[in-house]
Amino acid sequence: MAKNSGSSMSKALVRRETIAGYAFMLPSLLFFLGFVIYPMVQCVFTSFFDATMNREDIFIGFANYVELFQDKVFLGALKNTVIIVVVSVPVTCIFSLWVSSVIYDLAGPACSAFRCIFYLPVVTGSVAVAVVWKWMFNNYYGIFNYIGTSTGLIEKNINWLGDEKFALGCIILILLTTSVGQPIVLYVSALNNVDQSLVEAAEVDGATKFQCFWKIKWAQIMPTTLYILVITTINSFQCFALIQLLTSGGPNHSTDTIMYYIYYNAFKLYRYGYGNAMGVVLAIIIALLSAVQFKMTESK
Amino acid sequence: MKQKQFNRSACYKIISVIIIAILAFTFAFPLYWIIIGSFKTSAAINSTTPQWWPQEWVLDNYRKLFSRQVAALWEINIPFTNISLAGPDVPAAIRWLLNTVFMAVVAMLLTCITSAMAGYALAKKRFIGRTVVFSLIVCAMALPKQVILVPLLREMASLELYNTIWAVIFPIVGWPFGVFLMKQFSEGIPGEMMEAAKIDGANEWKTFYTIALPLIKPGIGALAIFTFINSWNDYFMQLIMLTSTKNLTISLGIAKLQAENATDFGLIMAGASLAAIPIIAIFLIFQKYFTKGITMGAVKG
Repeated sequence: MAKNSGSSMSKALVRRETIAGYAFMLPSLLFFLGFVIYPMVQCVFTSFFDATMNREDIFIGFANYVELFQDKVFLGALKNTVIIVVVSVPVTCIFSLWVSSVIYDLAGPACSAFRCIFYLPVVTGSVAVAVVWKWMFNNYYGIFNYIGTSTGLIEKNINWLGDEKFALGCIILILLTTSVGQPIVLYVSALNNVDQSLVEAAEVDGATKFQCFWKIKWAQIMPTTLYILVITTINSFQCFALIQLLTSGGPNHSTDTIMYYIYYNAFKLYRYGYGNAMGVVLAIIIALLSAVQFKMTESK
Repeated sequence: MKQKQFNRSACYKIISVIIIAILAFTFAFPLYWIIIGSFKTSAAINSTTPQWWPQEWVLDNYRKLFSRQVAALWEINIPFTNISLAGPDVPAAIRWLLNTVFMAVVAMLLTCITSAMAGYALAKKRFIGRTVVFSLIVCAMALPKQVILVPLLREMASLELYNTIWAVIFPIVGWPFGVFLMKQFSEGIPGEMMEAAKIDGANEWKTFYTIALPLIKPGIGALAIFTFINSWNDYFMQLIMLTSTKNLTISLGIAKLQAENATDFGLIMAGASLAAIPIIAIFLIFQKYFTKGITMGAVKG
């Protein structure tokens, strides 16, 4: 009898907690399920259809996916995206780690001033950043050509964004300036949180600065490194605004990225189903990469 | 020996700081170029020799920007009727700025309210399905936000929200980063304080409002500024959802401006200044909270 009343007491408690829990969750869940989860499910679902405006969707099975891997432009976009990721992720991580390791123990105002300046391109917004770089890269009025020709580095003006050889490199350069801000903030705070007693103990034992860094600090900031790897990878994969505003994927599809090609198909050609199939493939690639990065850093 | 090593590392440090200072200068340069460019004469802009510091400061570019298009300052559609109240005509750029501020403020408020409540529940309530909800949130966060834009567009069209500012606001509020962040902050609320409040007869809502809320205030501040800046700059979503001139945000307006007047760099820089300076000012004022928001999000659960 006593046992029975005990379990019903806890049942009542569980029920109360559950009702209260969902009551507090409700507003957030409405938005989350309605505008994140539902579109995600729709994305997978619609990828099996031939879907466009003002017409019923037609079920076509895996045809979108089959077409995808025969689409030369898509494969080119995939290649460009991989190039962007492979170049920008390591450069961003190493560069921001180096900058942070130098500035984190500077006097307070100096450190926060540097941190602030490196974050500026992120806050400025991709549109303002894109339009000013477009001007700086301009064939006639851009400062890159002016500096290049007046110092003798280049012989004649280069049409940076209009030349297949340079366009993707220029995009990557701009992407780098807009992506080191957050990693630097994260690394500075991680380096400040490193257990100082361990560092001091190592110094007493005669470890060099370099050894201190690799043996102690590097190990302690590993979770931050993992987080930075994941977010930088996701951001590089999603590179869109710069492409759309600077080159529109050109010249001759040499700067198409997956994200831009999705936009192009879905919102210029209105091929929703095909765009969604690409979205699904992109999501799978990112999920796999995140998992690999997680495994790699975990095993170290 | 020790002395020598110290000198070498000090030397390395000084050289690195100098290199970083030069790099910082180049990072700040585009912003400088936007602002300076917006005050240059068209002759200075269209010369092949750049003027590093303008010889002549003019407001022509801003004048041109403000006289291009007009739009009503505001417009309120009364629900379920065809009546709409419109404000006086102003330059379209002002309306875009107002749209952007409205969008960012509403997205910020909604995100903070819903996330604070949900984060508190996830951290402190032991309800059935808690782990399921939480893993759903973590998984959603790891996926690229932009792949859902295609289905989102069709959803907004069927809800008749397409080409309204709400089509941009709602997905921002739904993005679960805020809930995740507020859960991290709410973990720190001491259970004894909540128990004490309960014994004093406070109900669930009162416990949240009087005990939890004051304790997670710094977290809410961080989330607020983070959401504000991110929604201000969420160009892709705005591009897809908003079409008519009066509904544009400032970023979109500048992008349109660039598409229509590709080589009038002075005009475009004036627009870019108008888009960038308010958000940079806000960032500089609330920098501390912002940094906290970024770093707290990284401390993984």
